[in-house]
Amino acid sequence: MELSEGACELKLLDRLEGHSDRVWSLAWNPATGSAGVPLVFASCSGDKTVRVWEHAPSPSSASWTCKAVLEDTHTRTVRSCAWSPDGKLLATGSFDATTSIWENVGGDFECVATLEGHENEVKSVSWNAGGTLLATCGRDKSVWIWEAELANEFECVSVLQGHTQDVKMVQWHPTMDVLFSCSYDNTIKVWADDDDDWRCVQTLGEPNNGHSSTIWALSFNASGDKMVSCSDDLTLKIWETNNMNMHSGDGHAPWRHLCTLSGYHDRTIFSVHWSSEGIIASGAADDGIRFFVENKDGLVDGPLYKLLLKKEKAHEMDVNSVQWSPGEKRLLASASDDGTIKIWELASLCTGNGY
Amino acid sequence: MVSELINANPIVYEKKERRARSEPSDYADEYAVEPIDQQEVFDHVRDIKDPEHPYSLEELKVITEDAIEVDDKQSNVRVTFTPTVEHCSMATIIGLCLRVKLLRSLPSRYKVDIRVAPGSHASEAAVNKQLNDKERVAAALENPNLLDMVGECLAPSYG
Repeated sequence: MELSEGACELKLLDRLEGHSDRVWSLAWNPATGSAGVPLVFASCSGDKTVRVWEHAPSPSSASWTCKAVLEDTHTRTVRSCAWSPDGKLLATGSFDATTSIWENVGGDFECVATLEGHENEVKSVSWNAGGTLLATCGRDKSVWIWEAELANEFECVSVLQGHTQDVKMVQWHPTMDVLFSCSYDNTIKVWADDDDDWRCVQTLGEPNNGHSSTIWALSFNASGDKMVSCSDDLTLKIWETNNMNMHSGDGHAPWRHLCTLSGYHDRTIFSVHWSSEGIIASGAADDGIRFFVENKDGLVDGPLYKLLLKKEKAHEMDVNSVQWSPGEKRLLASASDDGTIKIWELASLCTGNGY
Repeated sequence: MVSELINANPIVYEKKERRARSEPSDYADEYAVEPIDQQEVFDHVRDIKDPEHPYSLEELKVITEDAIEVDDKQSNVRVTFTPTVEHCSMATIIGLCLRVKLLRSLPSRYKVDIRVAPGSHASEAAVNKQLNDKERVAAALENPNLLDMVGECLAPSYG
């Protein structure tokens, strides 16, 4: 453990085994972790299954139990999973070209809908803040927007073409119905709804100080006026917008490059997640996890963001996903090619501000 | 075999002599981490069959021992291969074969990079990008047709 700043410590709480292949992604259920509801998250894997894990509050038994294994539905790798904002539905996207919607019915997960349309691998799924829209993307270069209707019916409302290569991830803005997609074509595209007509309102590419290789993931800060993206070009980039004016003028406030964090990972950065307290976590193919915070030194020429902590060898192999938990106690879960999931705690002294 | 070969008349070279690997000493701890070297990696990949010819990658000089770089301390392996023709559409298949063979042969701690030799392929950057995108590789390895092609090139009877 190397501490770069302050009295901040990363503690490994648990190491979860169960998947028989690499774990690609994980998602915390946003409706858990407070008001006495135990934390729950889902993980998905090259073993074609999804596992749902629940925190067991009892200190005498194991801390986490696998409550459900969602199997025999997807026929290939399950690449991505996402809970609806109310935590009732789980969407899973698979290399088998389908997206499944699962509902928790009395502790059992039932597949209540299957969304078909992509030509081949689905690589990412994301719900909007209202839980009314679901976005999917894949190797066929397209982004699909589905509308959730009554009785678990989903209707495709738009198929967005624009990327020139496979689309790695889709992510809705945390408060507005604006969709972001990032791709193997080295760009991030911003999609907005103009009178029920979804269109690309901005492309962030290399000419805009953007990435020079595949962008694997992006994440927003709590207020939604900044986002961070991570790439095969070994950098993280922070982007900002004037949030207040997002829907004034020509209907879209552009995003601009704020700064680039380079030199912190030495292989592809696969995952990045911004916590609600402002701590950015990144996971990469160098097996490590890094943490960054806004730099409040006040120096005019100082860096805008600084490394808070780095954890070498967080896993035995590539780190594919890092996700902060919801709820009262902030935990970080990481998923790896080594088939395990690890649960970490960043010690409480470290809040990302005022130290 | 397909009727039109990408490279109908490849030059075939002689195979390099096989050197015996030095035996570990009697006192060696059997649980000790055994470092790997260039020769060992070469031995893993030299007999891979070319996707369109009945020759090995070594015989076609698609792969040579010198084109393998090993940094054992950092657990990095880099394999540079040279397609027989600049427009070789088989380059991604060859790269996939190399990746699968090393995936099956090397301990999981190794990070493997595979690329075509600089200047040896018309779509060098695109081929390299695809070969090193692990999501594309994972998806390719779930494709039965591709898996069959790779399996044929890796068949142990050849060599």
